Amino acid sequence: MSHLRFHIRFPEDKIREPIIYQIGREYNVVTDVRRADVRDTTGWADVELSGDTMEIERAVAGLRAKGCVVDPIELNVVE
Amino acid sequence: MSKMKALVCRECGKEYPTKAIHVCEMCFGPLEVKYNYDEIKKTISRKKIEDGPRSMWRYLDLLPVEGTNFVGPHAGFTPLVRAKNLGAYLGLDELYIKNDTVNHPTLSFKDRVVAVALTRARELGFETVACASTGNLANSVAAHAASANLHCYVFIPGDLEAAKVLGNLIYKPHVVEIEGNYDDVNRLCSEIAGEHGWAFVNINIRPYYAEGSKTLAFETVEQLGWKTPDQVVIPMASGSLLTKIWKGLHEMKALGLIDYVHTKINGAQAEGCSPISTAFKAGRDFFKPVKPQTIAKSLAIGNPADGYYALKATAESHGSMDMVTDEEVVEGIQLLAQTEGIFAETAGGVTIGVLKKLVKQGVIKKDEVTVAYVTGNGLKTQEAVIDSVGRPVRIQPSLVDFEKTFKMGKNGGGDA
Ligand SMILES: Cc1ncc(COP(=O)(O)O)c(C=O)c1O
Ligand SMILES: [Zn+2]
Repeated sequence: MSHLRFHIRFPEDKIREPIIYQIGREYNVVTDVRRADVRDTTGWADVELSGDTMEIERAVAGLRAKGCVVDPIELNVVE
Repeated sequence: MSKMKALVCRECGKEYPTKAIHVCEMCFGPLEVKYNYDEIKKTISRKKIEDGPRSMWRYLDLLPVEGTNFVGPHAGFTPLVRAKNLGAYLGLDELYIKNDTVNHPTLSFKDRVVAVALTRARELGFETVACASTGNLANSVAAHAASANLHCYVFIPGDLEAAKVLGNLIYKPHVVEIEGNYDDVNRLCSEIAGEHGWAFVNINIRPYYAEGSKTLAFETVEQLGWKTPDQVVIPMASGSLLTKIWKGLHEMKALGLIDYVHTKINGAQAEGCSPISTAFKAGRDFFKPVKPQTIAKSLAIGNPADGYYALKATAESHGSMDMVTDEEVVEGIQLLAQTEGIFAETAGGVTIGVLKKLVKQGVIKKDEVTVAYVTGNGLKTQEAVIDSVGRPVRIQPSLVDFEKTFKMGKNGGGDA
């Protein structure tokens, strides 16, 4: 069981879709939103995904397939 | 009582012990060091600082370490150069260059942050230090780790130039090349930091690491005779340096070392990677991540961790931000070299380019005391200027040829 934290940015045209909820249904991961800011044309959420590491990887790929930008919670790590 | 009070969440204010943690458990916001200023105030003074070592450790009272067993004892206290020639060229009466091209030991301002990070890491009991970097940060971590007998892992993207890889290998850390793009390296290193008991300087040690940048503010004020500049120009990658210079100025005021802070903070980026400056110019309080495409590689962070806080600090100070093209970066490097004899890396070209722009726009005025932060050495980014510096004049080994080439008579004069 792993817990990985991500900063997820939503694509402009999908701000109104319940993407985090969908990911929790489509993959075997628990989603835990800690902070979020959703406006008319932008939106992001800081989220912890818990589950099997492989399954988290698949969920991240799923988020990206939906057009989300998924970064580690620290944002840039390579300096 | 310890001078460090706690780590505090920058978003929700929750406090944590001063350990190797960097993210708030409640809201996932970034943590920052909070000090017992009342305690520090009892002993700190201009005199005490002036009597301290000729390094950034003279500001020990405001750095997040407990002892005096420093890693990197010689970092900082670099020259503040009165740039009369460049000032005259730009039309500024009192311009200074804070010259971190000569920082010890690896010739960039990263020596400040890394010295703090590794000193703190050793205090916290770590034997292995690590970082993910494409340049200056890795050089500094590897060099400091070698001198402090710490195990060191440096993670780099697979497509880095040979010279940069060598700049790490020479100190013999474990250099790990990760196949994949920048985003993959980012993700993997964040995960490694979470799983292994290492001091990852810019991840779990980041709250301490970042504090080292404050010393650039402290030194500037002291070197100006305990006065704050009217304007500063600061290069931005993650935006951390800019936010910490702002924090440092305010700490000096809080401790009575200066009377007030009126300094306007200006941020500089390269056009090919300017998420923060772009947001500022658009009047936004958030940035959109970009894919970097610029020769200013030390500033090429498309997804800056402190971007939001840099925007806030600049707005609070009534400062400005701007960006310059790669051509302007090269011009900036050349202008600084030819007027002041300082050879800066591309980040310095960005600073000088933006300084020039801000003067032209009337944002920085003739009579304002201005400091430009030049944070890295030109010998590290020679490929940026190699095509624009010309060639040597070639002559035969004869006096006749020499004098002919330089159109000199017997009594001197002339020029090629
Ligand atoms: C030479 C140089 N200047 C400035 C910076 C900007 O630092 P920050 O990430 O704190 O904005 C960097 C960061 O890598 C750098 O290498
Ligand atoms: Zn918090």
